[in-house]
Amino acid sequence: MKNENLYNYILGIADNSLILGQRMGELCGHGPSLETDIACTNISLDLFGQVRSYFQYASKIAGDNRSEDDIAMLRKEREYKNVLLVEQPNTDFAYTMARQFLFDVYHLAFLSELQKSTDLTLSAIANKCIKEVSYHERFSSDWVKRLGDGTEESKAKMQDAINYLWTYTDELFHQTEADKIMVSEGAGVDVTKLKEAYYKNVGDLLEVATLEIPESKYFQKGGKEGIHTEHLGYLLSDLQYMQRTYPNMEW
Amino acid sequence: MLNLSNSVLNSVSNIYMTTTEQNIDQKLIPILEEVSDPEIPVLSIMDMGVVRTAVIENNIVKVEITPTYSGCPAMDVIGDDIKKALKDAGYNSEIELILAPAWTTDWITPRGRKALEDYGIAAPLSAEADKDVLLNEKRLVKCTNCGSQNTRLVSQFGSTACKAQFQCDDCQEPFDYFKCLK
Repeated sequence: MKNENLYNYILGIADNSLILGQRMGELCGHGPSLETDIACTNISLDLFGQVRSYFQYASKIAGDNRSEDDIAMLRKEREYKNVLLVEQPNTDFAYTMARQFLFDVYHLAFLSELQKSTDLTLSAIANKCIKEVSYHERFSSDWVKRLGDGTEESKAKMQDAINYLWTYTDELFHQTEADKIMVSEGAGVDVTKLKEAYYKNVGDLLEVATLEIPESKYFQKGGKEGIHTEHLGYLLSDLQYMQRTYPNMEW
Repeated sequence: MLNLSNSVLNSVSNIYMTTTEQNIDQKLIPILEEVSDPEIPVLSIMDMGVVRTAVIENNIVKVEITPTYSGCPAMDVIGDDIKKALKDAGYNSEIELILAPAWTTDWITPRGRKALEDYGIAAPLSAEADKDVLLNEKRLVKCTNCGSQNTRLVSQFGSTACKAQFQCDDCQEPFDYFKCLK
């Protein structure tokens, strides 16, 4: 492959949207209300649409017979580069919204920087996606506020979700080898520089939501290197089921 | 990425001239106007602003369309419908999906906005007003049934990703609002 770094870099970005999109899609027909059900699946659809743009580009970079579908469906668990945060399960609606919120704040900041990429395809995709993601962020932060500053029960659940997911936030700002090379070429985003503003923005919103900012300094990592939590395997068996069972099927 | 010359349409009519990046052969306009958005059948893809280029090169029509939203499931159908409409008119075509410049609701023509409203979908407000109504802070969206502005947000996401759901507190009509995308 001509540009393996670029390929890996694209996958690193796209896998977050793919896995989070799959998680949100799981709520299709299972949302707590019709409106939230539709909202979650719409967010899922946006994310899958973004993933297609990334994977179509990756497929071009790969330059072999790998199609966008192959890249999405036919890799092994260790080959997925998403952060651990997005693969965490839909334990309850508070977890679902907290996970979305913690990712959306990062995603917005990331895309805002990616728009400046010297890689014109990446900057075009970022330009497109950021408009959609700003709606996601509005939706998820609204729910963090509503549940946090809601009833005793909803507050306890949202606080529990934030505390649990907090341990996965630091990984968002870890640089991979592909990151470093892409940053040096002006095509990648230096995620380490997004960290301070991220925790500030998240902290401000949690304050409005009358929630406590977790103090834990212990963070999990590994997703970017393909070392995932136990949840990803189950998610992939769902995601890949049709292609694994009936290879090359189309509908 | 895209550096298309100024539209030939410019001198003829300016109803589609939303940006200089659009380049559509006027012969093709009547054909393309017959293709509608499968999710919003009253709206032609031309009024939607998703056709960015349509030029005839060596007897083949090259068409570039841009998605409203990344995951818009209508794009594949729109591509097929364009191909079919052009075929019926005697043209072979190549359709390409482009991402830059990114689609904005500003590209919906005034005729398109009216078609949306007549169909029962409130047309997008300005970016600022859009934010206010989607946070339910101001009542600015006009009910498509009775015209009252006494409307409220029901859900930030409606029947498709591009719409939010509203309800009128005067006539009680539930309706979709096309969200501003800028």
